[in-house]
Amino acid sequence: MQSPEVKEETTSKDISERSNDYWKANIALLLKLLAVWFVVSFGAGILFVDELNTIELFGVKLGFWFAQQGSIYVFVALIFVYTSAMRKLDRKYGVDDEGDA
Amino acid sequence: MDASTLTYIFVGISFALYIGIAIWSRVGSTKEFYVAGGGVHPVVNGMATAADWMSAASFISMAGLIAFLGYDGSVYLMGWTGGYVLLALLLAPYLRKFGKFTVPDFIGDRYYSDAARLVAVICLIFISFTYVAGQMRGVGIVFSRFLEVDIDLGVIIGMAIVFMYAVLGGMKGITYTQVAQYCVLIFAYTVPAIFISMLITGNPVPQFGLGSEVTDGSGLTVLGKLDSVLTDLGFTAYTEGTKSTTDIFAITAALMVGTAGLPHVIVRFFTVPKVSDARKSAGWALVFIAILYTTAPAVGAFARINFINEVNETAYAETPQWFKNWEDLGLVGWTDKNGDGNIQYRAGAPFDGKPTFDGEKRGPNGERVITNSVTTSANEVYVDRDIMVLANPEIAKLPDWVIALVAAGSLAAALSTAAGLLLVISSAVSHDLMKKTFKPEITDKEELLYARIAAACAIGVAGYLGINPPGFVAQVVAFAFGLAAASLFPAILMGIFSRRMNKEGAIAGMLVGLLFTFAYIVYFKFIAPEANTAANWWFGISPEGIGSLGMVLNFLVATAVSKASSAPPAEVQELVDTIRIPSGAGAGHKH
Repeated sequence: MQSPEVKEETTSKDISERSNDYWKANIALLLKLLAVWFVVSFGAGILFVDELNTIELFGVKLGFWFAQQGSIYVFVALIFVYTSAMRKLDRKYGVDDEGDA
Repeated sequence: MDASTLTYIFVGISFALYIGIAIWSRVGSTKEFYVAGGGVHPVVNGMATAADWMSAASFISMAGLIAFLGYDGSVYLMGWTGGYVLLALLLAPYLRKFGKFTVPDFIGDRYYSDAARLVAVICLIFISFTYVAGQMRGVGIVFSRFLEVDIDLGVIIGMAIVFMYAVLGGMKGITYTQVAQYCVLIFAYTVPAIFISMLITGNPVPQFGLGSEVTDGSGLTVLGKLDSVLTDLGFTAYTEGTKSTTDIFAITAALMVGTAGLPHVIVRFFTVPKVSDARKSAGWALVFIAILYTTAPAVGAFARINFINEVNETAYAETPQWFKNWEDLGLVGWTDKNGDGNIQYRAGAPFDGKPTFDGEKRGPNGERVITNSVTTSANEVYVDRDIMVLANPEIAKLPDWVIALVAAGSLAAALSTAAGLLLVISSAVSHDLMKKTFKPEITDKEELLYARIAAACAIGVAGYLGINPPGFVAQVVAFAFGLAAASLFPAILMGIFSRRMNKEGAIAGMLVGLLFTFAYIVYFKFIAPEANTAANWWFGISPEGIGSLGMVLNFLVATAVSKASSAPPAEVQELVDTIRIPSGAGAGHKH
C-alpha cells in the first residue's frame, strides 16, 4: 500500500535541496570528463609520450598520434557526451530549459 | 587565366558576399549589436565561433610551425583545441545563463565591484589589440604576395571591409559573415591538403596520410621518412621534441586555459537562445575547428617533405619560381657558403637573424645578396615558417585556382578573427566603460552610437598597427594567452564554482596573476632577451608557458584573500545559485 507520508516527503523536498543534488551530480560528471581530458592530452600526448611511441599503429607512433590527432578527436567526443549527459541531469532534476524560448 | 587574375576574382567574389551580408543584417538595438539578439542557432554559432577563433595564425602559420617544430608543434594543436573542453564544461553554459553582454559585465556584477570590472576591461583590451594587430598584418601580407599591391594598401582594403560589416551589423553582421568566412576558409584549407596528400601518399584523406607510405618507392611512411631524412641532415627526428616535458606541459596548459579565457571566444556563447544551446554550440565549434586542426599536422609534414625534396641540393638557378618569389619578399634567403652553387639545407641557423638584403644586388648565381654575418653551421638557407601554407600549392605544383582559393581563405581567416576582436573591444568601451561606469544615463540609441564609434576607432587603431607593426607583435602573442589564463579565466571560474569567492579575493588574484605573468614575459622578451634560455627559467617554464603558473598563483592568492575577508553579499550568492540552474535564461529572438 502506498504510504501518503512518502509522497508528501518527495513533493516537500524543497527546491534548494534539489538544486544542491543537481549541482553535486554536475560536479561529479565534470570531474569524470576532465579526467579523460587530462589523460588523453597531458597524459598520452606529453607525460607518457615516449613510452607510447614504442607502439606503432597504422604507421604512426602512438604517443605522437595522441599529441597531434587523437586528443582532438577525444575532445570533440567529450563535449557531446557532456551535452547529452547534462540534458539527462537537467530533466531528472526538473531544471531543463526546454520550455524557454 | 593566370593565378593573379583568378585571385582577384576569388577574393572579389568573397568580399562581395561579406558586404551583401553586412547590408542584409543591419541592427537597431544594443542587444542585437552586442549579442545578435541572443537568437543564433547553436550550429550556426558553432561555425561562426570556429571562424572567429581560427585566425591568420591558425590558417597561415600553424602548419608551417608544425612543419619545422615536429612533435613540439603539438602544444598548439592540443592547446588550441583542449581549451574548448574547458569552455564547454566550465564556462559557456553558466555565462549564457547570466545573460548579459560582455565578460567584464560578468566580472563586475559577480564581484559587485567597478574596480573588478575595470581590471577585466583592461585585460580584455590588451589581449584583443595584441591579437588584432597580427590579423591586419596577415591581410597585408596576403594582398602583397598574391595581388601585388602594397602591403599598406592591402591593410586599408581589409579595414574597409571589416568596417562595413562590423559597424553596420555588429554581432549579427559578424556572425553571419563569419559563417560565410568559415566555409571559404575550410574549403581553401582542405582542398590543397587533399591534393598534396594524394601526390605524396596516394591517400586522399590527409589525416590518414601521416601514417601512409610515401609513393617514392622508399617503403617508408610519411613520418618515418621525415624522421630518417631529418636525422641525416642533422635535425632532431620529426616525432621527437627538443623542448623539455615540463615546458611542453606548461605551454599546453597555458594555451588551453588561455583559449577558454579569451573574451572574443567567450562572448560568442552569449548569442545563442538557451543554456543547453551554449553547450551544444561549443561542441559544434570544436567539430568545425577540428576539421582544420587535424588536417594541419598532415599539411605540416607534407610541406616539410616537399620543401626538402624541392630545395635541398638543388642549384639556385634550378629552383622553382616560388622560391624566388618569396626571396623577393624577403621571407626566404640563401647564401652559398661552400661556393658550389647548390642549396644545402641543414640543421642550425644559416646566419644571424632574419635576412637583410644588400638592396637589389644579385650574387654570382642570381640570388639576392645577404648582408647578415654567416654562422659556422652547414645550413645555407633561411625560410620563414609563415610561408609554408601559402607556398604549399605552388610547391606541390597545384593548379592556379587552388592558389587563388588559398589567398581568399587566408583573408577570410584573418578578417573573421579581426571582426570578432574589434567587436569585443567596442562593446567593452561602449557598454562597460560608457554605460556601466562613466555615463549610466545614456539611452540605448546613444549607447549603440557609442558602440559604432568605438568599433570605427578600434578598426583605425588596428589598421595603424597593421601598417606600422610594432617589431614585437610576434613576441607578444604569448601575452594574449598568458594573460587570459592568469587573469580572466580563474576569476570567471571561481565566480561560478565558488559561492564564497568575494571581490577582495578575485581582484587580488587577477592582479597577482596579471602582474606576475606580465613581468616574467617582459623580463625574458624585452629586458634581458639574452637570458631567455631554459637554464634561467623558473621551473624550466618558458615565457610562452608561464601563464599556467600565473593561473595557479591567481587561484592561491584569491582563495587565501577571500578566506581572510567577509563573504559576498546575499544577493550575489543568489546570483551564483541562479546561474547554476539552466532553466529561465532570458529569451532571445529569432532572425
